[in-house]
Amino acid sequence: MKKIFKRKEPLTDTQLLMTITIVIFFLMYLLAMLLLGGGFLRAQQIFDMLNDNASLIIVSCGLTIVMIGGGIDISVGAVTSLVVMSCAIYLNKGGNIFLSVLLAVGIGLAFGLVQGFLISYLEIQPFIVTLAGMFFARGMTTILSVDPQKVTHKGFLKLHSNKEIKIRWLGHRVPNGNIIPAEMEIGVIVALAVVILVFLLLKYGRLGRNFYAMGGNQQSALMLGINVKRTRFLSYVICGLLSGISGYVFLLHTAAGNATNAAGMEMNAIASSIIGGTLLTGGVGNVIGTFFGTLSLTTIKKIVVSSGLNDPWWQSITTGGMLCFFILLQSVVLGRRSKKKKTT
Amino acid sequence: MKKIGRKRFRGGLGQLTIPIIAIAILAVFNLIRDPGFFEIGIAHNSDGNAVLSGNIISIINGASELAILAIGMTLVTAACGGQDISVGAAAAIAGSVFVKVLKSVPTVNGGTVLFAFVFACVVAMLFGAFNGILVAVFRIQPMIATLILYTCGRSIAYWINGGATPTIASPILSAIGGFIPGIPLPTPVIIVVAMAILFKLLFHFTSLELFTQSVGINGAAARLNGINPTLIKLLSFVLLGVCVSVSGCIGVSRLGLINHETLLLDIEMDTILAVAIGGNSLGGGRFKIGGSILGAYVIQTLTITLYAMKVSSTNVKAYKAVVIVLLVVMGSPVVKKRFSSFITRLSENRRKGLAKGAEE
Repeated sequence: MKKIFKRKEPLTDTQLLMTITIVIFFLMYLLAMLLLGGGFLRAQQIFDMLNDNASLIIVSCGLTIVMIGGGIDISVGAVTSLVVMSCAIYLNKGGNIFLSVLLAVGIGLAFGLVQGFLISYLEIQPFIVTLAGMFFARGMTTILSVDPQKVTHKGFLKLHSNKEIKIRWLGHRVPNGNIIPAEMEIGVIVALAVVILVFLLLKYGRLGRNFYAMGGNQQSALMLGINVKRTRFLSYVICGLLSGISGYVFLLHTAAGNATNAAGMEMNAIASSIIGGTLLTGGVGNVIGTFFGTLSLTTIKKIVVSSGLNDPWWQSITTGGMLCFFILLQSVVLGRRSKKKKTT
Repeated sequence: MKKIGRKRFRGGLGQLTIPIIAIAILAVFNLIRDPGFFEIGIAHNSDGNAVLSGNIISIINGASELAILAIGMTLVTAACGGQDISVGAAAAIAGSVFVKVLKSVPTVNGGTVLFAFVFACVVAMLFGAFNGILVAVFRIQPMIATLILYTCGRSIAYWINGGATPTIASPILSAIGGFIPGIPLPTPVIIVVAMAILFKLLFHFTSLELFTQSVGINGAAARLNGINPTLIKLLSFVLLGVCVSVSGCIGVSRLGLINHETLLLDIEMDTILAVAIGGNSLGGGRFKIGGSILGAYVIQTLTITLYAMKVSSTNVKAYKAVVIVLLVVMGSPVVKKRFSSFITRLSENRRKGLAKGAEE
């Protein structure tokens, strides 16, 4: 009996940081349920959070991979916005839905390939390359159209209006006795699938293990016979691909292209990854943590809104405060652990 | 002996090669496109003062805030091996404080403007110290530590002035943001020169430059040599705070109002770019302030060139990105190595050919 409960090895940094995030998320949500009640008691609240943030979750997964590999990609939000705009315009010109998905994935892949090549094979600093990528994507979006583009494609609109999956048993009862079913969008399923796939890749895939090795220590990864350049290249390709998918999910959610779509998404994605326990220095991180990081970020915003602090600046100040809390917590926890390791 | 001399020359120019080449290419391109691009004329502004006008003047005037921020960012980059992405937000805070103080004093005169500036400076330095403590004491990556202020900085600026965008009109402010009567050069340019000289003097009379570089190259080794890395890192952020408040106040003076949403928007990215184009490693260590200032002018020249080509301001980013990628590809270590080995192979072939010719 004792053997079952006793862990063979202590928690790794990745697991520890992830556990902290998940515990804090549940505590926060529980507090919100107890103190604010109302919407937080309904399952729909969670689905709302997921519906609004499906594309952010997908983008954050890609960014987590890049960050585990020790890099950074700040072009993700801009690429998402470009994909939304170009797919909207393509559909309005009478394109076909299948090809529009291909277009979205293609744009994402193209960005990933070019940026990955510049970063890993030409050894240019990732920040600068992806900054240029961000400028390029944002500029292209406005070149395509400055005005908002509402999708008028009939097939797509049909898809858009049927995007919600109704779950009856999680619904809530309104006073007149009817049950309003909980609604989940298709995009959420895509996002969850991405989270699971990336989790499996990082946990069991050879490539995934290589990302950790490369991010932890590039020299030793090289000594272990890992093709560091190719691994880094692939991390950016996957990230680009996921930004493309996220763009399509975004379009499915809004059915309109707008030059200011996904503004600031890159920083939100970085914040979710950090809250989820990914370190920018590389080698530590987990997509499950990232997933809960995104949810925590959204929960705090929802809490602020439902506490009656409607001014927009309250949201960003509390977000900043929460970020500060998580960052300090991680730093303190990791600092204590490394001290302990040294003394024993 | 000759070889060493040549090597040293190469090393000296090496860092500045890319920005100088970039400016040269842009200059030639503009000359071909429009021979009158670089003409400097004398115009009379609304106050009736004779002032210089022309594209060059608008380039060096427009890049002032960027150049000042680039000075501070270079220090932070060199000491911490990371960048501060909160400079735009911090400048908005400094600008808001500047306006708030000026609004609450009875009259706007030289003394009160100076007082407001010093007050804004102290606030910006405090925010810099906050970032610096996170980076130096808690050992958090600079980009992540400054993400906090990036997220909430503009909201704090909003809160300082209660959500309004107050305007403030005064001849002193228009002199700071525009022209001092009698001097044909725009004042922001003079401020940039003054800041550059100040930092040059700082490096000349203290060992800050050496200490910063050694902390950036190897913090542990620097500590063993009796340098306090924590202090140096903190100091670099505080000095960046000074630069932030100066550029924030210039930005406010230019417009005569504070708009917390748009003041120096997205300047953090341009600043980091200026540092990188200036040939400084974003991973810390050796740095050249001059390179970063040149980098700022490269970016502004590019922007003005694109405007002159009638590219709309929202589309400028896409063209800018292409040029940036070309620049960094030229400066990439791999491309440089390939290129130099190609050159040596060429010259070797030629030598062989010459030797063959001599034998025959």
